[in-house]
Amino acid sequence: MSIKVISPGLLTTIQDCGRTGYQKHGIIASGVMDRYSFRVANILLDNDENEGALEITFMGPTLAFQADTLLAITGGDLSPTINGEAVPMWRPVLVKKDSVLSFGMMKAGARAYLAVAGGFDIPVVMGSKSTYIRAGLGGFKGRALAKEDLLTTLQTKVQLDKFKAALSKQSEQGSFVTTPWYFAPAHIPATSENIAVRVTRGNQMQHFTDESIQEFFRKPYTVTPESDRMGYRLEGEVVKLTAPLEMISEAVSFGTIQAPPDGNPIILLADRQTAGGYPKFAQVTVVDLAVIAQICPSNTITFVEVSLKEAEVLYLQREAEVKEVKQAIKFYLNA
Amino acid sequence: MRVSIAKKMSVDMYPLGENAIMVEFGKYIHPDINRKVMALVAYLEQHPFVGMLEYISAYKNVTIFYDPLLVNALPIEVEAGEMPLSYRKMVQFIEKVLKTIDMNKTGQASIVELPVCYGGEFAPDLTFVAKHNQLSTQEVIDIHSSGEYLVYMIGFAPGFPFLGGMSEKIATPRRSSPRLAIPVGSVGIAGSQTGAYPIETPGGWQLIGRTPVELFCPQNNPPTLLHAGNIVKFKPITLEEYQAIKGANK
Repeated sequence: MSIKVISPGLLTTIQDCGRTGYQKHGIIASGVMDRYSFRVANILLDNDENEGALEITFMGPTLAFQADTLLAITGGDLSPTINGEAVPMWRPVLVKKDSVLSFGMMKAGARAYLAVAGGFDIPVVMGSKSTYIRAGLGGFKGRALAKEDLLTTLQTKVQLDKFKAALSKQSEQGSFVTTPWYFAPAHIPATSENIAVRVTRGNQMQHFTDESIQEFFRKPYTVTPESDRMGYRLEGEVVKLTAPLEMISEAVSFGTIQAPPDGNPIILLADRQTAGGYPKFAQVTVVDLAVIAQICPSNTITFVEVSLKEAEVLYLQREAEVKEVKQAIKFYLNA
Repeated sequence: MRVSIAKKMSVDMYPLGENAIMVEFGKYIHPDINRKVMALVAYLEQHPFVGMLEYISAYKNVTIFYDPLLVNALPIEVEAGEMPLSYRKMVQFIEKVLKTIDMNKTGQASIVELPVCYGGEFAPDLTFVAKHNQLSTQEVIDIHSSGEYLVYMIGFAPGFPFLGGMSEKIATPRRSSPRLAIPVGSVGIAGSQTGAYPIETPGGWQLIGRTPVELFCPQNNPPTLLHAGNIVKFKPITLEEYQAIKGANK
């Protein structure tokens, strides 16, 4: 069961939740940028939540399906179509053999996720299927998808066969069939929106001037074109230290906002280094990392401060919600 | 938050977001402080606990990443407080752990010699480092290659060694804005730290040379040449020797 890459899109890679446990060797964690959308994609197909999926950036690929394939597309709306017909997101879709999936305009968000039932047949390297391009590691041959690549899918769960059969009976015509039910979370921002992102204080924030701290939360920052999966370089009010501060390198995290001496903050993301030596100004809340992932270069961000306690509450609420969604979807898939 | 664990030892703990805690054993780069880091690491390796996702050790601290949902479910009694429940539970847990482990255990360090070609296109910042310290470039090379360096941590990039023991005579601050791409094998200085780049990556270090030796081999287990606790020596080599070793790797 194969999927052929007709054109790869701008940057399409296999990702899962990353190489957890290898950061102690300095191995970059990698993994998806928007973990929330990614998890939902897998949940919609009764996959393991961490099963590798395609992360599709800004401009999507064109893929030809050589067999009937059950998939789900979540994340940013990059206008997916199958044989020219718009295909709904955030739900299971049974794509018929010999159909072609392509993407168009970026309508909302920046990154879409495409999961297939059963997952892709990709070797697990250091505990993960994630692609880390800089080191040519993991994923599909350590690189982004290219023209003529052939992706193989794994066997779907037996429990899904009944669901698949019921779905395919719904319509003999057309190139795909979907369910009427879906789950679409509300975190995907419109393409031109100014986006509010909640952050907690960084451990070195008190070393910056009061004015810098006030301005940081008052004025929006622009995501510059030098931004990528490693980090977003921001342009806006520079943050100034009260006195020079040479740090001793230590761990950084997904969402750490560090300030190099030039004062332009950088948000560290999926392909971040494991440790760094710039002062930590703030830390993006885990729930809002999914929002950050859906921001395009030239979009603006306004940072909003929350306490660590509030950040934990948001985290726990999100986990509770995902658990509920998981139960509901399991019910539908087995109905 | 400072906690006195035992006589002569105080430990600072800080949050790194809502899902990580930094346990810090001192403020400086010092083998005695790093020994405590390694002692906590050894404990975590032997006793991973429910809720711990992974850890990253550094010169003077260990950062433990956790799932707040799972940590909140751990049977640890804590008092009410300003900080989130999972963080308070982690603090309590670490305090207890630190009381039970021998913080001064030492192991036998193995020595790794790294050949380095200093100068030319491999060393775009050598002149800056020399000027900054009012030395000649040869003096910088002599000082850098005469030291024995302890691998305090592996981090920042796969297999990137953070080395201690560099002479203050060649200490130089990081570049004000990081380079977008630093070539594989580059040897650099940042403040009073020195290290070598195993893969091409952006970075802010001052570059003074390049090693032809592979520091990161993903097909090996463990995947890196160097490990925390190793001793590294740099051996100056010519461009011809560099190319010979590089060629032999292929």
